[in-house]
Amino acid sequence: MSGHRAPSLLLNDEQKMLSKTAHEFIRERAPAARIRTFRDSKDELGFSRDLWSEMAELGWLGLQIPERYDGLGLGFFDLCVVLEQSGRELMPEPFISTLLLGTQALLLGGTDEQKQALLPGVAAGEKLLALGYEEADSPVAATKAGDGFELSGRKVQVLDGHVADRIIISAATDDRGTTLFLVDPSLAGVSITRQHRIDGLGAALVSLERVAVGRDAIVGKADEGAALLDAVLDRASAGMAAQMLGASEQAFADTINYIKEREQFGVPIGSFQALQHRAVSVFTEIALTRSVVLAAARAIDDTPDDVPRLTSLAKAMASETFLHTAKEAIQMHGGIGVTDEHDIGFYMKRAHAAYMTFGKPSQHRQRWAELHGY
Amino acid sequence: MSELDAFREEARGWVRANAPKSLWGTSGSGPFEGYWGGSKCEETDPDLLRWRDLAIEKQWTAPSWPVEYGGGGLSREQEDIIHAEMKAIGVPRPIAGQGLAMFGPVLLEYGSDAQRAQHLPGIARGEVRWCQGYSEPNAGSDLANLQLKAERDGDAYVLNGQKIWTSHANLSDWIYCLTRTDPNAPKKQVGISVILADLSTPGITVRRIDLISGYSPFCETFFDNVRVPAANLVGKENEGWTIAKAILGHERSSIGRSIARQPGSAQREVVARARKHLGAGEGAIPDPLLRDEIATLGMLEEAFHLTLARIQQSAESGTPGPEGSITKIVGTELKQMRFELGMKVAGIQGLGWEGPGFDEDDLQYTRDWLRSRASTIEGGSSEIQKNIVSKRVLGLPEGKK
Repeated sequence: MSGHRAPSLLLNDEQKMLSKTAHEFIRERAPAARIRTFRDSKDELGFSRDLWSEMAELGWLGLQIPERYDGLGLGFFDLCVVLEQSGRELMPEPFISTLLLGTQALLLGGTDEQKQALLPGVAAGEKLLALGYEEADSPVAATKAGDGFELSGRKVQVLDGHVADRIIISAATDDRGTTLFLVDPSLAGVSITRQHRIDGLGAALVSLERVAVGRDAIVGKADEGAALLDAVLDRASAGMAAQMLGASEQAFADTINYIKEREQFGVPIGSFQALQHRAVSVFTEIALTRSVVLAAARAIDDTPDDVPRLTSLAKAMASETFLHTAKEAIQMHGGIGVTDEHDIGFYMKRAHAAYMTFGKPSQHRQRWAELHGY
Repeated sequence: MSELDAFREEARGWVRANAPKSLWGTSGSGPFEGYWGGSKCEETDPDLLRWRDLAIEKQWTAPSWPVEYGGGGLSREQEDIIHAEMKAIGVPRPIAGQGLAMFGPVLLEYGSDAQRAQHLPGIARGEVRWCQGYSEPNAGSDLANLQLKAERDGDAYVLNGQKIWTSHANLSDWIYCLTRTDPNAPKKQVGISVILADLSTPGITVRRIDLISGYSPFCETFFDNVRVPAANLVGKENEGWTIAKAILGHERSSIGRSIARQPGSAQREVVARARKHLGAGEGAIPDPLLRDEIATLGMLEEAFHLTLARIQQSAESGTPGPEGSITKIVGTELKQMRFELGMKVAGIQGLGWEGPGFDEDDLQYTRDWLRSRASTIEGGSSEIQKNIVSKRVLGLPEGKK
């Protein structure tokens, strides 16, 4: 906002309607308690494919996908309207992996062929995507082999890597840079192991042993994948910040309702000033976070130069807000808040996971400082 | 182009053509920054005075007040646009202060035609400066406990008692007071009346209060058998509490906004001080922990400005949200955070009170830091604000305070 006019931070009538519809649908069909059900039943997917298909039919999965790839051709801002609502109930469906990481990588760097092959399937809810970029002890390298490359190494905690139809893998190319490759997980040399995390999002270890891919598997330009990956992670950060905003709103609303009803010493505990003032602090943080999330989403559609600083702002602030909200929510729920029986604990697990994903707040503050020249 | 967009173009054109260049970039354009006027005003900056006169001529000092009272007869939306255009180039409003921001709007809502005609034109021309008589030694956060006595005696009220924190009473011409007209009312909120007093009336004494910063923006104002005309009662006798709350509403929203300054300015200020005092040239500030704190400040500042923009956009679209209630809490926290950090990066160079070995900017900064501690107390403490948000926005049940 330095010096110029503030972006529009309001939803238009269509977006308000979309938000309302999504809110009602998700509250009805996808309550947060599903996280426990999927966990306890050791569900292979960890989410509902039927629900994903229904959301495709509602048009939500193709909101931002261009019409020529069977989407609705709207903006990232519209997508964030749905993401915010999906966050309210901590939906474990593959929003982040498919709509944020995979789709954004293709939109920003994919060839027309790649987009044609995958995006219509994404919009229809039939194809799932993933992006492997986190590594632990075995970095992925790409070496030239014939006309193409061989990929070896291991990616960790690849969100929805266990179900994705295609996984985009970042790889170091002969010390010259980073290249993103579109990998079919059924290729020889790819092995996938499901991982279980605290937050109920599906993830996998993706091991690659001399996996042969052609030049047509490259997403973006060879050796220039780092910048593309940054741009993708910016969008993913903004989208996840929208989910965190929704999750914070819901955890806060549940908490306010609880302290209005729960009585001790013969009065509702919400009448105690010690809780009231902390509740107002959380309310304040959420209000500020809403502004920065909307601004980041708007920048992605309208003002590319603002995207790095505003997405870092949104990710840092939404992370701090969500974690603080969730911790206060548990504290104000008292004993029931730390039981597995109550859903509020899932909010804190997700908050911690989201805090750590796509850069911790301190990393985003460092980037913010660099972008502002200090 | 919508009508408002067309007006925005007109406002931008006029402001940019008429605001003296020396004033550009000098102000956050808040309702309390700049020229306050009044008969005791000693302002000599010719550009500031010219800006005042041009705006009076244009009738844009009180854009949304009716024309017959010295206003511009415009809508609130148009007024917001004019102020936004001033803020966009960082020039002060041509006339600022209590009269325009707080007392005038209340008189428009609750005053009689005669009172409006008597008082509003002088405010709009910057000729009469007003101050507020609200708090008393035993009525701070518990404002309804106020005791300044006003007894009816013929066609006059006789005032006895004391007000405190009467900002700039020493520079003002008139005071609007909350008084106790019925000491036997069943509830303390009942029996309060708003009465206006010319500060030159015999029996009024004003004494300045020195703050920890060394500044004296506040006064104590004593009333000793002060006779004011009964016609100076605003609204109905004993029903002043409603008016008092309306004025406080104006005050709190304007304090939040007035603190806003230019987006990014708090961060720039602290970075500049860090470079000066840590001996760091261009590039990264060498202390990573301080850098992280400055970034936290910069992010909060941006979030606050985006939130103010969002509040304004919601209001313009006719669907104001509940966020307006938090601007004072956040704005004052931000201000204190900025000064805390600015002092932290200065180290021992921030310890000077006056005299040799300290430069003027640092001395001033230290005084401003000390002054900033009052921001979360004055105009309704943050704790009172939180009580209000808790009750009115979150709907939490009232308990023992």
